[in-house]
Amino acid sequence: MLLLRIAATHVRTRLRQTVVSTLGVALGVGFSVAMASLMEGSQRDFMSTLIEAIPNVEILDERRFPEAQPASRIYDAVVFHGLRPKEDLRGIRNPTEALASLRDWVNGTMAQRLSGQAVLRYSGQDIGLTLIGVVPRRELDVSKIREDMRSGSFEDLEATANGLVIGDKAAQRLGADIGDTVTLTSANGVARRFKIVGLFHTGITASDEGIAYAPLKAVQILLEKPDIINSISIRLKNIQDARVVAARAERQLGYKAVSWEEANEGLMEAFVVRNVIMYTVVGAILVVAGFGIFNIVSTIVHEKARDIAILKSLGFPEGDIQRIFVLEGLVIGVLGAIAGSGLGFALSSYLATVRFEFTTDVEMTHLPIHFSALHYVIACLLALFSSAVAGFIPARKAARLNPVDIIRGAT
Amino acid sequence: MSNPPAPGRAKAPLLEARKLTRILPAVVPVTLVEDVDFEIGEAEFVAITGPSGSGKSSLLYLLGLLDRPTGGEVLIEGQRTDDLSSAELAHLRLEKLGFVFQFHFLLPEFTALDNVMIPMQRLGKLSPKAQLDHATDLLAELGLKDFLHRRPEQLSGGQRQRVAVARSLANAPDLILADEPTGSLDSASTEQVFQSLQKIVETEQTTVVAVTHDLDLAARMERRIHLVDGRIDYDRRL
Repeated sequence: MLLLRIAATHVRTRLRQTVVSTLGVALGVGFSVAMASLMEGSQRDFMSTLIEAIPNVEILDERRFPEAQPASRIYDAVVFHGLRPKEDLRGIRNPTEALASLRDWVNGTMAQRLSGQAVLRYSGQDIGLTLIGVVPRRELDVSKIREDMRSGSFEDLEATANGLVIGDKAAQRLGADIGDTVTLTSANGVARRFKIVGLFHTGITASDEGIAYAPLKAVQILLEKPDIINSISIRLKNIQDARVVAARAERQLGYKAVSWEEANEGLMEAFVVRNVIMYTVVGAILVVAGFGIFNIVSTIVHEKARDIAILKSLGFPEGDIQRIFVLEGLVIGVLGAIAGSGLGFALSSYLATVRFEFTTDVEMTHLPIHFSALHYVIACLLALFSSAVAGFIPARKAARLNPVDIIRGAT
Repeated sequence: MSNPPAPGRAKAPLLEARKLTRILPAVVPVTLVEDVDFEIGEAEFVAITGPSGSGKSSLLYLLGLLDRPTGGEVLIEGQRTDDLSSAELAHLRLEKLGFVFQFHFLLPEFTALDNVMIPMQRLGKLSPKAQLDHATDLLAELGLKDFLHRRPEQLSGGQRQRVAVARSLANAPDLILADEPTGSLDSASTEQVFQSLQKIVETEQTTVVAVTHDLDLAARMERRIHLVDGRIDYDRRL
């Protein structure tokens, strides 16, 4: 306590310099917190959009590695060149059985799908899109499509055998609306008429223009794939289990199972790089603030050389002298961290209120801010570390001062 | 040169210098103190005198363990100090020694009371209440009862020096080392400070070793060690 009191007294008596140094730390901490809140907010916002847009785990009708030929299973030396495997009908076989086996252990919901390319025609206009055949009530369990519905109802697909839900942008391009009947043509040339029962808007243009939902049976007929599905979407209670669930499902069924993390691996790595850049910038800001502290503590050491000699002559060991000046750096660091946390919160709160109106969309959006105690803890710890280092260098010099030199100089 | 033993001494002397030498390393080394031998016992009032540059202050810094000798050694109560670490020396200074310098050397941001209490707080032997009471008593005994809460800048030169004397007594040291304690004071203040030191020797049985160039003051002390060119010219009881 005595050392802290001496340190605090030194700092207090240099009020102007202390305020300037404290402001330096506070600005560093404040901007770090605001920047971290903004960066993580945008990351979370992006991730949540992404996670909602794709299944947590998707089991596809393909294998991760080509199937081994019978001869190569037996003989290691067998090598095939120019192999042309027989045409195999794509699709997940025995979907009912596969789904039942997954339901036994997967903690979440799942839905089967059959996707394929089709051309949507209405009043002489054509649009190519991905047609997804779904069991509506199951699909609602795994996707957020219900929340994206702008008009009509997704559940109406259940009641209408040839119902169709399309994106609002696609409808806009065709000039079609709910209740209109459109024609869908498959790649094999099979055509069927569907009635639009709902329009959705996800905010992702590629989806809003290029995806349509229809009952699974109707799509199986259109694509000529009876009783076949080509993917199973899984929504987990805990999305962090996705990798484990995907690996187990793949082992169990033999089909490729992709977790949302694997599907976005490149993006995840980009986020890591982005976070490294962010914390480097934050660190740089605090290092600059550290120079301010170094400056003031060095000045105090210079001005207080006589006091150092007095304390040493009184019997304060070198360690005490060093601690006093490190504490001075820390006192400024703590004050700066407290003020900076307040500033960071104020800045983050303000940024959260900033809104942008884009001319290309009807939506009004705002800066995504994520408030997290961790940001404050990291910024404050970095500030305190920077302060301690900034104080330590002049403190070490102070501890090594020879009291006799100073006393002689004074007399 | 004589080296009289202190009267009534049975145990190890309080302070002992053996062949004490301090040479400043330089292109041409400068000898500050050379082959100084003496013993000082309890409750002695010793003056170290000598012309300017004779090594008086250098000798005091060596005795006060603020500087390390290049030869010889300092013993306190028979304990060698040359092999002690800087932290151990600091603790010895805190517990057994008190300093009074020519300039008061008080901590300017702290009050008189704080300045006296700081060594006690560092040693931590007394409770906070006892520290406060002891510091108040010391300052009151030195006639500073009404100036407890004044900072050094609000005190006169003599008052500051008496606060420094009170501070040197804070941990009830066995030995007070004073370097020209009245050097910067007028005659009235000089008398006050001198009497304070004399009273310490008489009432507290504390040894005071004071460097002074004031021969009148030195003549009032019971023993004088006179240095010339870093060596003891004479050491005699008065």
